[in-house]
Parts: sequence; structure tokens; C-alpha cells
Amino acid sequence: MSKNPWLLPDGIDELLPEDARRLESMHRRLVDLFDVWGYDLVIPPMIEFLESLLSGAGSDLDLKTFKLVDQLTGRTMGVRADMTPQVARIDAHHLRHDAPTRLCYLGPVLHTRADELAGTRSPYQVGAELYGHAGSHSDAEVLCLMIEALRAVGVQDLFIDLGHVGIYRGLAERARLDVEQEAILFELLQRKALPEIVEYLESLDITETDRDQLAGLATLNGDSDVLQRARVLLKNAGDSVTRALDGVEQVAAVVNQRLPEISLHYDLAELRGYHYQTGMVFAAFVPGYGQEIARGGRYDDIGRIFGRPRPATGFSADLRSVIACSRIALQPRHAILAPAVEDTQIYQCIDALRAKGERVIIELPGQAGNVIEMGCDRRLRQLAGKWAVTPLEDNEIFGELKINE
Amino acid sequence: MNTLTIALSKGRILTETMPLLTGAGIELCDDPDSSRKLILETRDALVKVVIIRATDVPTYVQYGAADMGVAGKDVLMEHGGEGLYEVLDLKLAPCRLMVAGKKGDRRRNKRLTVASKYANITRDYFTARGIKAEIIKLYGSMELAPLVGLSDLIVDLVDTGNTLKANGLEPQELIADITSRLIVNKAAMKMKHAQIQQLIDRLAGAVNRN
Repeated sequence: MSKNPWLLPDGIDELLPEDARRLESMHRRLVDLFDVWGYDLVIPPMIEFLESLLSGAGSDLDLKTFKLVDQLTGRTMGVRADMTPQVARIDAHHLRHDAPTRLCYLGPVLHTRADELAGTRSPYQVGAELYGHAGSHSDAEVLCLMIEALRAVGVQDLFIDLGHVGIYRGLAERARLDVEQEAILFELLQRKALPEIVEYLESLDITETDRDQLAGLATLNGDSDVLQRARVLLKNAGDSVTRALDGVEQVAAVVNQRLPEISLHYDLAELRGYHYQTGMVFAAFVPGYGQEIARGGRYDDIGRIFGRPRPATGFSADLRSVIACSRIALQPRHAILAPAVEDTQIYQCIDALRAKGERVIIELPGQAGNVIEMGCDRRLRQLAGKWAVTPLEDNEIFGELKINE
Repeated sequence: MNTLTIALSKGRILTETMPLLTGAGIELCDDPDSSRKLILETRDALVKVVIIRATDVPTYVQYGAADMGVAGKDVLMEHGGEGLYEVLDLKLAPCRLMVAGKKGDRRRNKRLTVASKYANITRDYFTARGIKAEIIKLYGSMELAPLVGLSDLIVDLVDTGNTLKANGLEPQELIADITSRLIVNKAAMKMKHAQIQQLIDRLAGAVNRN
């Protein structure tokens, strides 16, 4: 037997009553919000066959997934590390609607390795996905929903970062970069290591224009002037790049109109999720937290492996790190302590109180702990033959003088 | 306007970075060499400098405890650079990260023991060359390890090479040229963009004048 039987594995933790109540209250707010926006809740399984779990995802997700062998079939199963592919499977295989499908989900996922900043291996993933529409309208809807969801759980002062993987993809394609060159440059762009980017581009056999545009991409970040600068720099970069810029501009216009108080930031070299994203990408940041707290974007065709490629866009976040940035304080708890007496009238009284939503705790005969330790701020007492809720006496609040002992 | 926190490490990086920061308009109120404070005020009330260990600079910046910092390329390579932008080469403290071994002994077995404080860099470097290297993590006086039979080779920063020479070793393979880099937290780059970009531009100007 180990010396510390209470010890949990690294990055695995449990929520104690206070935190669990907080998470549950946020959970409820989000489900309600998604519901009024027309997003149906789905509950994908904790565990399923590895191949469907990893469909369309990169090797990153494979490394993150805990695996075990199914004793019934001998096939490898994985514990979900990301619910997005599961929800895509539900859309492509089970629902098969022609109209746009809106789905949302919340639940724990498991990672083999801890995320850098949050340090947890069991995030509580929340997200929403919109299938069946390609275009900036659905991107904008999902982005606005992400903002509203963060606000609904008390996250304020949001900064939204907008980008589009189609710009880098288009430029890399036109410069005819091979897979390895594209990967090296991608990695340098992620670090915005400008001196190294320039040096690397010098070593490639590409045209002067391609070089200038790829190097310039690293500087295309900042406020709304980024789009104007991008239009100038990427003027002749081809249709796919122009369409990508149009997409960013249209989504930004919708957000500016619907949520004018949100600060928008543009970063056209930010390629989060580059390996499965296919269009717009966005993320939310808050002051005092060194990483994005929610992210999303377009990932068309994810359903192909399930026989139904569909346009798709969505967002997700770890509810626990979101809650850490929340400014909502939970209401203090109120409860009534009822004495341990067997009496029909008191039971009727307790049932009536509970039906009104009051928390009533019945004292157990001979139990330890006083009314304050039980978390109660009122008592049920018999006054003139009737049961009534009464405030605590002073000595119950400030402690009794223990004369009797 | 927001506050800006810059992480620096004492020693060479601090003494060589300060003139650049001064050139970019940031001056410390206290003398960092005599002050025992870890958070130093500057003449600009919004800008603070924190003094930490060199290897901790990427961690502080990655977590957003500091918005930006100055770290050697060696420290960044070892750390992995996750969550950071390496926006500027400050061209300070130039040296080379090298494999060194006993003078005249260039044999490379398929299994090697290498002593270094750069465990990640060393593993990646040898793996890429088809060699399984056993890494012995040391914190200083690397040069001793091959002499007493603790390791076959060492991986360390080489400046003049005099310490290696004095101990019968020689630099053998170049892993990377090292200079100090200006690093920025990803979230800060987005939320404090105007301020940070202005400072980057000023520092870039100061580097070019150097």
C-alpha cells in the first residue's frame, strides 16, 4: 500500500463542493445559452474505438489520447482527448440533416500529457459546432456565440484574435514549398522569429515576390490597419488569399456591428490548429491570463471519413480555465436546520419549504457539530404549537459558554 | 495604457541589455547591481523590470508573469519556446553551443554518454544523427566530466574556448550560434500590441545602431 493513499496522479484533480457548485452553475448557464441559440446538446461517449476518435486529426491528438484494448473485440480504444471529432461523427453518421446542424457539448476529456499552462490532464471541454454552411456568416455566428458564452460565465474584457490559415496555405502553395519547407516555415512563423524567417527564405529558391509576401506575413498583426496592410502586401497573391482576406473582413464587420465593445486583433500568421483547420481561426484572450482561453475556427470536410464531408465551424474551451477568469461570485448559501422529531406537521412544513427551493437539513439524533458547522443560518422551531423558520439565537452565532460541561 | 513587465536575468544579459533599453527610452530608477529588489521600477511608471534566473525567463514570459523578456537562444532551444514569440535578435552575448570532447578523440560510438545542462537539445541533436545518447544532467563545470570518465562528450556554450583547452578538451561540432533574443508572451502581444510593437521597433533601432 502506498504511503499517501489520497494522492491523485499528476494533472488529475477533483472538485470539492464549493468548486463543483461553481462549475455546475456555469455549466447550466452555458447549456441554457446554447439552447436559446438553437444548439442541441449531445453527450458523446467517454471511450470509443481509436480510429474514429482520431479521424481527421493530426498526430498531436494521437499522442494526447490514453489507449486501452477492448477485451471484447481486441481492438484499440481511446479515452476521448477532444470531443470535436466525436461530434463530427454524430453529425455525419447519425443525424445526416441537409439543413445546417447546430450541436453543443460539455464534459471531461483526458490528456496523456498536461497542457502547458493549465497544468491539467483532465480539462472540462465545452464547445459548439455548426455544420452544413460554408461562408463567413456561420463563422461569425460561432464567434459571436463564443463571446456570448464567455460573457455568460462572467469573463469580461475579452480580446479576440482573428486569423485565416488559407493565407499562409495560399502563399506556400504559390511559392511551391514542399511539405518539409512548409513545416519549417510554419514553425518559424509560430515563433514570429523574423530574423530566422528572412534567413530561411533567402535559402529557398523562390521568387522575390513570394519571399517578400511570406516574410511580410510575420508582421501582419495588430489592429484593423492589418487588413489594409495585407491588401497592399498580398495584392497579387492569388484568389484563395484574396478570398481569405474577404472572409476575415466580413467576420470582423459582423462582430464590430453586433458586439462593438469587443477589442478585435488580427494576426494573419497565427496558425493555431493549422493541420486540421481549413479557414478562419480565432481565439479569445483576457488580461492576466498568458494564454488563449477559448479557440475555434473552420474545419471543413471533417466528416469525410464517416462518409459525409460537410462544411464545419465551431469553438471550444476548457471550462475550468474559463471559470478561473470568471468575475461571477456565487450567491452565499442559505439553509435551515430542522430538529430530529417525528411529527407529521414538521414533515409537511419541511416539504413545503423544499418545494419553494429552500435547503432544509434534518438534524440526526446524537450527531456531532453545531448549527453553524452544518452551514445553516436559520432554524425550524415550534412556536405556539406551529412550526416556523426562525433566525439563530445570538449564542448560536457567537458560540455558547460551555457551563454545563 | 497597460503596465509592461520585462524579465531580465542578472549578469551578462542585464549589463548588455540595459544600454539597449536605455536607447529605447527605458531607464531603471535603481542600480540593479547594488539593489536587492527583484522588481525594479523604471522612469516610466508603467514599465517594470523583474530580475530572475536566466533559465526561468522563458517560463515567466510563457505564463504571462512577464510580458516580455531577454533570453539566450540556448535557453529558448532547451525550453522549447512554447507560447512565446521570438521577435528580435538583440545580437548580444554571441557564443556557440558546441559538442566538445577530448582533444584528438573523434570516435563516435552508436551509444554515447554526454554530460550537459542542455538535456533536451543534446538528446535531439544526437537522435537526429542516429546516435542514442545517454544524457547526464549537470549544472556546472561540464569540462570535468570527460576527464574523470563520467561522460564521453559534453555539450556546452563555448565563448573563447580557453576553459576547454586548459582541460585538454576541444570543441568538435557546432550545434548552433547563440545570441540573446527578445521574447514576448503570445497573449500580451495581442492585448498590448501597440505598446509592445513600439518597444520592439525602438529596440530594433537600438540594435541597428549598436
